Amino acid sequence: MKVTIDNIEIDVEPGTTIMNAARKVGGDIVPPAMCYYTSLKGSGGKCRACLVKVAQGSTADPRPMPKLVASCCTNVQEGMVVQNITSPEVMETRKGIVEFLLINHPLDCPVCDQAGECDLQNFAFDHGRQQTRYDFERRTFDVINIGEDIKLHMTRCILCYRCTMVADQLTDGREHGILWRGDKSEISTYIQKAVENDFSGNMIDVCPVGALTDKHFRFRNRVWFLNPMDAHRDCKKCSGKVVLWMRGEEIFRVTGRKDQYNELKEFICNDCRFENYDTKNWIVDGPREIANESVINANHYEEGTKPLPKELYSKLNNEKWENV
Amino acid sequence: MSNKILLEHIDKPGIKSYEVYRQNRGYNSVEKALREMKPTDIVEEVKKSGLRGRGGAGFPTGMKWSFIDKKSGNPRYLVCNADESEPGTFKDRYLMEFIPHLLIEGMITSCIALESNLGFIYIRGEYKWVKKILEQAIAEARAAGWLGHNILGTGYSLDLIVHPGAGAYICGEETALLESLEGKRGNPRMKPPFPAVKGLYGNPTVVNNVETIASVPWIINNGGDAYSKIGIGRSTGTKLISACGNINNPGVYEIELGLPVDEFLNSEEYCGGIKDGKMLKAVVAGGSSVPILPAELFYKTKKNEPRLMSYESLSDGGFESGTMLGSGGFIVYDEDQCIVRNTWNFSRFYHHESCGQCSPCREGTGWMEKVLHNLESGHGKMSDIDLLWDIQKKIDGNTICPLGDAAAWPVASAIRHFREEFEWHVDHAHEAQKRNYGLLKSTKEYFSAIAV
Repeated sequence: MKVTIDNIEIDVEPGTTIMNAARKVGGDIVPPAMCYYTSLKGSGGKCRACLVKVAQGSTADPRPMPKLVASCCTNVQEGMVVQNITSPEVMETRKGIVEFLLINHPLDCPVCDQAGECDLQNFAFDHGRQQTRYDFERRTFDVINIGEDIKLHMTRCILCYRCTMVADQLTDGREHGILWRGDKSEISTYIQKAVENDFSGNMIDVCPVGALTDKHFRFRNRVWFLNPMDAHRDCKKCSGKVVLWMRGEEIFRVTGRKDQYNELKEFICNDCRFENYDTKNWIVDGPREIANESVINANHYEEGTKPLPKELYSKLNNEKWENV
Repeated sequence: MSNKILLEHIDKPGIKSYEVYRQNRGYNSVEKALREMKPTDIVEEVKKSGLRGRGGAGFPTGMKWSFIDKKSGNPRYLVCNADESEPGTFKDRYLMEFIPHLLIEGMITSCIALESNLGFIYIRGEYKWVKKILEQAIAEARAAGWLGHNILGTGYSLDLIVHPGAGAYICGEETALLESLEGKRGNPRMKPPFPAVKGLYGNPTVVNNVETIASVPWIINNGGDAYSKIGIGRSTGTKLISACGNINNPGVYEIELGLPVDEFLNSEEYCGGIKDGKMLKAVVAGGSSVPILPAELFYKTKKNEPRLMSYESLSDGGFESGTMLGSGGFIVYDEDQCIVRNTWNFSRFYHHESCGQCSPCREGTGWMEKVLHNLESGHGKMSDIDLLWDIQKKIDGNTICPLGDAAAWPVASAIRHFREEFEWHVDHAHEAQKRNYGLLKSTKEYFSAIAV
């Protein structure tokens, strides 16, 4: 099937979503995804961050679709013409979506463990406005312990439902879901019952924000100071393919391997994630490749930023010395 | 009025009971549908009648029925949407409470048309007593042989189940209703697939409003052509309107579509005019979700034709100068009512009822409510009005289900038509705070200016 996304034509299989067609092209035209997760069934369509304009439905029915559609759950049609970054309407709406997601978000990035690898942070950086127009009190929740390994900051949650899907689809026994409704909705392990399961740790990885955090890693380091290394071990429960986040010889945390869209290719078990902090248990494959624009990449600020103009540099230096 | 279809026998004493209902030609349509007609004929008749969904969207019922997937061999279901929770709408309750057998008869004939062997009536949880009435009616119908195995010896079996909701407005949205009926959290589903292909338990399902289903027996008894002669243009048949607000005779009325709004509002037969001889300020014509219309736009369309109670005439001019027939919740505001307060009240409702699944609605409805509350209570700024406009624009059309639109439209129309009232609340903050009430003094000036 031939589809055109932002004037780029591409041939895809029938049944592909617009999102996946765009990912096949890659680059700027990929709509952002806050709730869609390839390997979780039924995910997507909730955050509305990936809304795109369909300027032509198909060759057979060339009418445009009346509303913007969620690209993650709309299948392509032969001859469909999609506008993402070329449509001002889409960009304006996306601005609105960031604003909606942020009005009740605490914006506590300076103390949040997710900072640096946060989908919401990147999304807000790309599409957000500089100042908030919301001057009311933000909703807050108490922090909840989910078992021994995970902590839930509901205040930061954007209700993408990914973690409830992990709980439904990877783990058995339904103890995890949503309580209440509207902006009072709350992720809950059903009346504070801990989720104890071999694969529960994947909730941390699928969380697009810092709502679910690894208790062993909390406040111990910033992700951009760590060296991500691909590693593997023999594991009976999962593939054993992980990323070790190291500083020197010390392993600070273990996560699954995420692709360029921050999605896990393979889910890993809690043994690999929480029990093996010793390098002896791992065979290291080499450094992990991380997207260029990520602050984690190269984990050095100096290399990532452009050098300051010379005048400014000297001025800064002078001021600094004068102050001393 | 001669053309009463749904409420024809409502005044007969004891019509609630099976015996009286049967004496008044009740259940004749089931006999006709089973003995004389093929299921496809029934669908054809309903298509010919031009009957449109009475729940609000006005989608042609016959077309909806013909979409149902009969080839797959999966069981098909008919679900009656009796989760009537739109503020200002109370027509379905009236129908179910006082003439329950009409709905049961409609359910049976509709199920025959869809070749379905199981029907559900999803009733609003607050209608506890109505549920009992319906269950009794079903028991009576079963005892009389209209339900159960091998109905009338034709080999057709059907059962009906009444299921109560748990108090969520969102469960009136058809896919959320199906989720709730399946025992899950009432979150709307993504469309497509539509329920006609993949509905209840993944099987083909038709969801229809109570009034729609109750109209089917008459169509079968008298033919689709007879039905299509009632009404005007593409708005065929009759519609129940639940009128409330500042009128002399609030209540449920059955009108022939195409009745002039002037007659409906001011004649003694229907609303009986504005209470206490006051002037009309605004009307919400089809339940809280539809745009509010000021008096001058309500009586006359933009083309200066008198406005009629029909799908087309009410939506004439789009949202710029029109509204929608919606579910028929007719709310009338006299000159003393404050539009800002009313808009805040509606917003509060949508904030409370948003399911929280998609972000524009979850966050936007709450934000709008807070801003409107500030404006209403005299803490607003001029920039808040533009902010509100911007928020509603970002919600409208960007959500999974129509609740987002329903929350955005009342705010948009209130600002569009009554902007000066919002500005008055900012300029006269102290006064607004003091009496929490609208443009009392200048309303008269406002109306003398627009009076022709």
